[in-house]
Amino acid sequence: MDWALLLDKTILIVIIFAVSLGIAAYSTYGERKIAAFLQDRVGPDRAGPFGLLQPIADGVKMFTKEEIIPNASDKFLFIIGPCIFMMTALMTSAIIPWGKSFNFGGHEFGLQVADLNVGLLYLFAVVSIGGYGIMIGGWASNNKFALLGALRAASQMISYELAMGMSIVALLLINNSLSLREIVDGQAGDGNVWNVVRQPVGFLIFLICAFAECNRAPFDLPESESELVGGYHTEFSSMKLGLFLFAEYINMFISSAIIASLYFGGYHFPGIDSLDLPQNIAAIVSVAVLFAKILFFIFFFMWVRWTLPRFRYDQLMNLGWKVLIPLSIINVLVTGAWITFFK
Amino acid sequence: MQLTNRSKVVVKHDLNWVEKLYLPAIFNGLAITIKHLFKKPATVKYPEQKREIASVYRGQHVLKRDDKGRENCTACGLCAVACPAEAISIEAAERKKGEEHLYREEKYAAKYEINMLRCIYCGLCEEACPKDAIYLSDRIVPTAFTRGNFVYGKDVLVEGIDASGRVDVSKRKKKYEMEGSPKQPLLNK
Repeated sequence: MDWALLLDKTILIVIIFAVSLGIAAYSTYGERKIAAFLQDRVGPDRAGPFGLLQPIADGVKMFTKEEIIPNASDKFLFIIGPCIFMMTALMTSAIIPWGKSFNFGGHEFGLQVADLNVGLLYLFAVVSIGGYGIMIGGWASNNKFALLGALRAASQMISYELAMGMSIVALLLINNSLSLREIVDGQAGDGNVWNVVRQPVGFLIFLICAFAECNRAPFDLPESESELVGGYHTEFSSMKLGLFLFAEYINMFISSAIIASLYFGGYHFPGIDSLDLPQNIAAIVSVAVLFAKILFFIFFFMWVRWTLPRFRYDQLMNLGWKVLIPLSIINVLVTGAWITFFK
Repeated sequence: MQLTNRSKVVVKHDLNWVEKLYLPAIFNGLAITIKHLFKKPATVKYPEQKREIASVYRGQHVLKRDDKGRENCTACGLCAVACPAEAISIEAAERKKGEEHLYREEKYAAKYEINMLRCIYCGLCEEACPKDAIYLSDRIVPTAFTRGNFVYGKDVLVEGIDASGRVDVSKRKKKYEMEGSPKQPLLNK
């Protein structure tokens, strides 16, 4: 066992954990602010300057609320549901390359927890387990609204994972790798462009599916509050509800990072190599670039949420099965044909 | 028959393939919402910032004093009679010797209560008053926790004696009142 490596990874994991939670907390604030601005309002501005302490106030509120476990619920599953959802949300961050590596006096400090050669498969596997968190939570509540929400979540995830996987297949044909770092590096350097240019249709499909996977509007049917009270988390209270809500924001953060990495060059930007920066500065710049992209996509998620109305359930299924899946298959075929005949 | 030209005939047609993509409509929507991001918020941050209200706004009542600080009200009861919501109740009393600096005439209101929950802020009390005593001001009636707290007595209604306590109601006065002639009944106009 290499102790230096273990220490490195532990430090990195703690940092990523803290950053994920921080970003998720301030996403709630950002969401409310952006919602307000898009609707000509002001948003939270009472707690601290510009309301910046609002997430802390919300967190304290969540922690101090009464913990209610319904009598008719399956107590073990009821508790394990939000835990699974939160855990998987945090686990996905392991394969994302956050930037170029630092160099502290000859000691290389990489900014990726695990550079798996099957990184994308790992991602899909973990995200699918996240679906179980919702399903178990909704099932264990023993509440018809929660069950309906959970059923919707399950069917939605199955439907959209297919199209998402197919759009990724087309991406793999071009990049010849499942490792996220190689995909990111394949978008930089001479003659390489961002994957969004090479795969515009695939990007669109992936983006739509990402919205559906994150249960974000316009695909927020699992918790559609106007129909299902609170959807799968109707019966949850206190910090268990907090875990569900928090994990959704972490999911949003991670999927923004994935979109940025897969289609928008990750921590690269055009011309980053020609600047010829010292290694540590370059690492900081690359992290900043990635986070700028991530923040833009988080903003985009919210922007869409406050623009589009929710899909009806049949429309959701139509879009998933009759439009996105055929489209993604055609996309794979066209990409394959192009690689076979023109490369 | 068309009375105005504001009505629009809505034709429901099948979507063509561009519209079926939804994407143009989605981009239009996104463009609309992003425009609102840069608009000035319509919010009035209430406790710190008060909304501008019309000059003739009918808000919380004030019982006026004259120039020497004596109460104008003589407890004639016309306001209570005029009140369509029966929100006003008055008890009259006789002015004693030595109270001339407090009350303008020999009779005054010992008790003057308005139930702010009953009041409909119509301003008829103000119209009825022959003594220039009651006016509706541009102040907003604050909230309270109990119904009892909405029954305002003289301690709240009568304006202060010193300049800072005075409530400006000049905008509520009719033109002929501003010119100094006594208030006339509406019928004689």
